Amino acid sequence: MYKILEKQSLTPSIHLFKLDAPRVAAKASAGQFVIIRNGDKGERIPLTLADWDAAEGTVTVVFMEVGKTTVELATLKAGDSLSDFAGPLGLPTHIDNYGTVVCVAGGFAVATIMPIARALKQAGNRVITIMGFRSKELLFWEKEVGRWSDELVITTDDGSYGRKGLVTEPLRDLLAAPDNNISRVIAIGPTVMMKFVSKTTEPFKTRTLVSLNPVMVDGTGMCGCCRVTVDGETRFACVDGPDFDGHLVDWDELMARQKSYLAEEVKSLEQWKCQRGTCQTEGK
Amino acid sequence: MAKLNLNRIEMPRQDPLERGRNFEEVALGYTPEMAAEEASRCLNCPKRFCVSGCPVNVDIPEFIVALKENDLPKAAEILKRKNALPGICGRVCPQESQCESQCIMNRQGAPVAIGRLERYVADWERENPSGKPAEIVPSTGKKVAVVGTGPAGLTCAAELAMLGHKVDMFEALHVAGGVLMYGIPEFRLPKEIVQGEVKYVESLGVTLELNAVVGKIDSVDELLAAGYDAVFLGTGAGLPMFLGVPGENLSGVYSANEFLTRVNLMKAYLFPEYDTPVQVGRKVAVIGGGNVAMDAARCALRLGAEVSVIYRRSREEMPARHEEVENAEEEGIKFRLLTNPTGFTGDEKLQLKSMQCVEMELGEPDASGRRRPIVKPGSDFSLDVDVAVIALGTTPNPLIAQTTVGLETNKRGTVVADEATGKTKKDRVWAGGDVVTGSATVISAMGAAKRAAADMDRFLRS
Repeated sequence: MYKILEKQSLTPSIHLFKLDAPRVAAKASAGQFVIIRNGDKGERIPLTLADWDAAEGTVTVVFMEVGKTTVELATLKAGDSLSDFAGPLGLPTHIDNYGTVVCVAGGFAVATIMPIARALKQAGNRVITIMGFRSKELLFWEKEVGRWSDELVITTDDGSYGRKGLVTEPLRDLLAAPDNNISRVIAIGPTVMMKFVSKTTEPFKTRTLVSLNPVMVDGTGMCGCCRVTVDGETRFACVDGPDFDGHLVDWDELMARQKSYLAEEVKSLEQWKCQRGTCQTEGK
Repeated sequence: MAKLNLNRIEMPRQDPLERGRNFEEVALGYTPEMAAEEASRCLNCPKRFCVSGCPVNVDIPEFIVALKENDLPKAAEILKRKNALPGICGRVCPQESQCESQCIMNRQGAPVAIGRLERYVADWERENPSGKPAEIVPSTGKKVAVVGTGPAGLTCAAELAMLGHKVDMFEALHVAGGVLMYGIPEFRLPKEIVQGEVKYVESLGVTLELNAVVGKIDSVDELLAAGYDAVFLGTGAGLPMFLGVPGENLSGVYSANEFLTRVNLMKAYLFPEYDTPVQVGRKVAVIGGGNVAMDAARCALRLGAEVSVIYRRSREEMPARHEEVENAEEEGIKFRLLTNPTGFTGDEKLQLKSMQCVEMELGEPDASGRRRPIVKPGSDFSLDVDVAVIALGTTPNPLIAQTTVGLETNKRGTVVADEATGKTKKDRVWAGGDVVTGSATVISAMGAAKRAAADMDRFLRS
């Protein structure tokens, strides 16, 4: 069992757990993920690492309430435990001194860009971070990410904070600037965001790494559920990734595979709510 | 003395139509009367041909004699002396090509149903535990890490523990058992039986650490540096192979590993009670002709689909056990033999809709000795399918090899190890089972693990 030592709600639907997981903490690197499971009937889901402390033996993950599993996770409190927590999985994000790097993150993935920005900064890069949210109320970790960024740009879809618009707009401005010396872009967030970040950087031929988040089961290379086509080749995001060249990813295929269980996800959540007496169809 | 029955006693099975709609065990096991009658067919030959056919050399005539004498505790003890997992082996061993193929009764009729008797004794013992602890030799003070808890890892751990060594097992998944849990379906091998046998191994003093992906947490080298005197690799062959044809990554196309893991390990057949879903499909095609293909096909059928097995050679070349093919056929699974998929097509949402195939014919024998399938020109056709499961076999997961210094592997990614001893090219590291041979059987993995354990014991005591 993996005890939750600390829980924070970063926004009403985005939560942070700091867990006791010394094995994972001892080996964790930026860009890696864990597979977690909550209880005997739970599914295995991947969560990218938001932070870790090897000395303390703790690992921090951040998740957003989307389906049954994450909604149920959000009901856990400090002192509760997760039944399973396996990792660190996947290959670490490759860190080097590239010069100037732009980190782009959207939504709850802002938590997972933090360790990447930190590692890049510590490796001597000039780090520009763009983080996008739907609205001001959903913003979190401005300070935490800002600490490792030479420049921090925040966008909101509704203009309630920072620049109004999508993350691709300030990114395009940076790339189009006459003094552009950006050597790579690293993006993590919703698939559609990573797709459009890649489309934005493509004409500038700026190397762009994306951290893919396909559906996974085992997360160790056994099932192939997370396979993605990259440069015409089938790769497993869990063991060959999760980072890939965004210009070479077959985005439409990835998005279709991510939608494989939409109907089941709705059903699962609805049934869970009904069991707790909070469902829509209750009493009908 | 009663006349010897030349026919074996059939084991009752669930009715095919009934069982095609549930995940309960198909074969129901012998009654005490059936077991007694089948046991009476064993001639207790002085030359123990059957034992030589068993990869772990179970003392077959001896346990059957105990059974004849109705001394079930003794029968169980004899079995467990050589085989820590009899409930599993009694169900999934290909006895027809091992112990039973050597039985003298083959000359006059049917061989003694050794596997069914083994299962009977194991099941009896599970329901009537003696509580008597297994005999364990005094502690040697040596420590061994066993990586992987499938048939090889469990066997090696049990053997070494009984020989007085301290054993820690590491399992990547959230439950021990490896392919016995994620691969073989409930209706062929109930998971309760697997867990019962895992508990037995733990009762020998073996510790089990779950969610521990060796190579991602400590590497093999780090385990050795941290105080383990030896390491056994029983990590299996978990990397699925694909066809390499267009459309293979459409939604609705599964590897057999994924399909079976969802259904067996994660219990998708109980969705939404269990969280993990699986696409049930209306028309399912399973591609391949091995036991895994049969397992996947029979799972898909039980989920409610119309299922066809697509195999590029003819029935004779099918690597699946005859019994499994028969079971599948009885349940209503169709076979499209001499057929090979050439591509998959999806709808606008990239969900699988159809599969393109060609017909094949058999040419001259190839390297495997089987007749090579050749495409029949102009035989292209299309099949309506919404789920496809690719069961073409597996190769070892490269993680351990990539993270272990000096561990030699061959071209197929399998670990190079001495066949007689399981010793790898790396100091203090042994390996056995599918990680060495590529996908094979549960019992051959157990045999390799036993040989490795014997060699490890020699090393640890020297």
